[in-house]
Amino acid sequence: MARTVGFFTDTTLCIGCKACEVACKEWNQLPGHPARFGDGYDNTGQLDEQNWRHVQFHERSTPKGGVAWSMMSDVCKHCALASCMEVCPTNAIIRTEFDTVYIQPDVCNGCRDCIAACPYHVIGFDETTGLARKCTFCYDRLQANLTPACAKACPTESIKFGDLSAMRDIAGARLNQLRGQGMSEARLYGDTEYGGLHALFLLTDKPEVYGLPDAANAVLPSRNNLRGYLGSLAAAVLGLVGAVIALRERGGKE
Amino acid sequence: MPQHFVAPPQWEWYIVWYFFLGGLAGGAYALGAILRLFGDRRDAGAARLAFLVALPALAICPILLTLDLGRPLRFWHMLIDSRTMTLNFKYWSPMSVGVWALLIFSAFAFLSFLEAVLGEERFQLFRGAFGRILLVLGTISGLFLAGYTGVLLSVSNQPIWSDTWTLGGLFLASGLSVAAAALGLLTRLSAGEESTEVKLSRADLYFIVLELALLIAFFVSLGTMGTRLLEPRWLLLWALVLAGTLVPLVLRRLAPSAGPAVLASCLVLLGGLALRIVVIFGAQT
Repeated sequence: MARTVGFFTDTTLCIGCKACEVACKEWNQLPGHPARFGDGYDNTGQLDEQNWRHVQFHERSTPKGGVAWSMMSDVCKHCALASCMEVCPTNAIIRTEFDTVYIQPDVCNGCRDCIAACPYHVIGFDETTGLARKCTFCYDRLQANLTPACAKACPTESIKFGDLSAMRDIAGARLNQLRGQGMSEARLYGDTEYGGLHALFLLTDKPEVYGLPDAANAVLPSRNNLRGYLGSLAAAVLGLVGAVIALRERGGKE
Repeated sequence: MPQHFVAPPQWEWYIVWYFFLGGLAGGAYALGAILRLFGDRRDAGAARLAFLVALPALAICPILLTLDLGRPLRFWHMLIDSRTMTLNFKYWSPMSVGVWALLIFSAFAFLSFLEAVLGEERFQLFRGAFGRILLVLGTISGLFLAGYTGVLLSVSNQPIWSDTWTLGGLFLASGLSVAAAALGLLTRLSAGEESTEVKLSRADLYFIVLELALLIAFFVSLGTMGTRLLEPRWLLLWALVLAGTLVPLVLRRLAPSAGPAVLASCLVLLGGLALRIVVIFGAQT
């Protein structure tokens, strides 16, 4: 049944348990990469072809001089104006009946233009299959009227799933609640960026801290088409004029 | 400074060589056409060489592009929508436009190559006004191929690539310069017309000046983002880029003796390759 779905990720409720990551890998049969052990709890690293959910861990200073965790389960934003879909030359990337963004594995030819375009570092190249891969919003589960695996598994309901308009309402109410409690740094991300994201995030810090471009930097690749081609045209005209002048001239007699 | 959180597309050596050969092919065709349209009979040999160079250089391009795909056997998905089996063309996606440009330019390059091989007497398509129109159209499509590669990089969200408007023009100017150097070199090696070689050398001077102006515009448009390309690991490549522009700028003003002319051409070719390497790899690390 066609509907417009969305995630709302409330980072103030995330406890960093990574159940979303595990559920995603289980359902989508993603083997994942070997774990990386560094000096933090994040041994996933980044979103890519194997990690369609990634729990970020950020330490931040509190106003009283302490240190607090900021955790966020990151995911594909299924942008209304999707950079990946814009550049895809094969039309492998489509918008589904759920208004989500989906890479058709039987159409993608692995050109990786979408990876260069995605501003959220979401898509990865699968060396085994030769395809670009990312979160499908559990397309198969949506078709069976099921909740995506990550939202289903989240024990604190930090990840909520439902109709996008309902998610917006819940996000707005939660933002007001937190601000009412004095959390002035709380903010909503995704309401306006790229025409409105299908994954909204309630943040407690600037978007760029979570690897999300702010509103001024959330721009589509096509912004550079006109100026890029005009620059080329100017160079072509100047080059041709120079070439005609140089190649027409003749010192000696024929 | 612009914010970038994007992943690198892992466009590497296949793409470097595609950009280089595409620029060489497009530039060579344009120079061959201009020699044919504006030169005299003494330039016929160099024009023929230009068309003999353009097609083989171009023929390698689709092979490189196909090998770079994760699924090479699906290369045709670029041209035909595999779901609807209709033609695939997205004017706002430079990769889609570029594939068609490659195809269209291949037709012109092939026809001119045929004429260069068979001779004007046996292949008369390029005679008269129709022939001139073909040469002009071939030049436009060739120069488009040389320049769109830069636009392809810019139409992304990659750092550096998407922060400048200059890459298309820069690659086009570099393509013309590389082509002039290659043709000058081949003209000398084949003991061709010396006065044509002098003209090609002068044309290369103009192209180098244009390329240098665009290089300056490139760094100005990048602002502080440009410092990423000036890290120590890229300096050798930039040295080659400068050696491929500034040194030929001096050498090409000297008398056209063999040593400096050959050295200048070789440096231009090397510099053109280095430019593409540093731009492609520098943004992805």
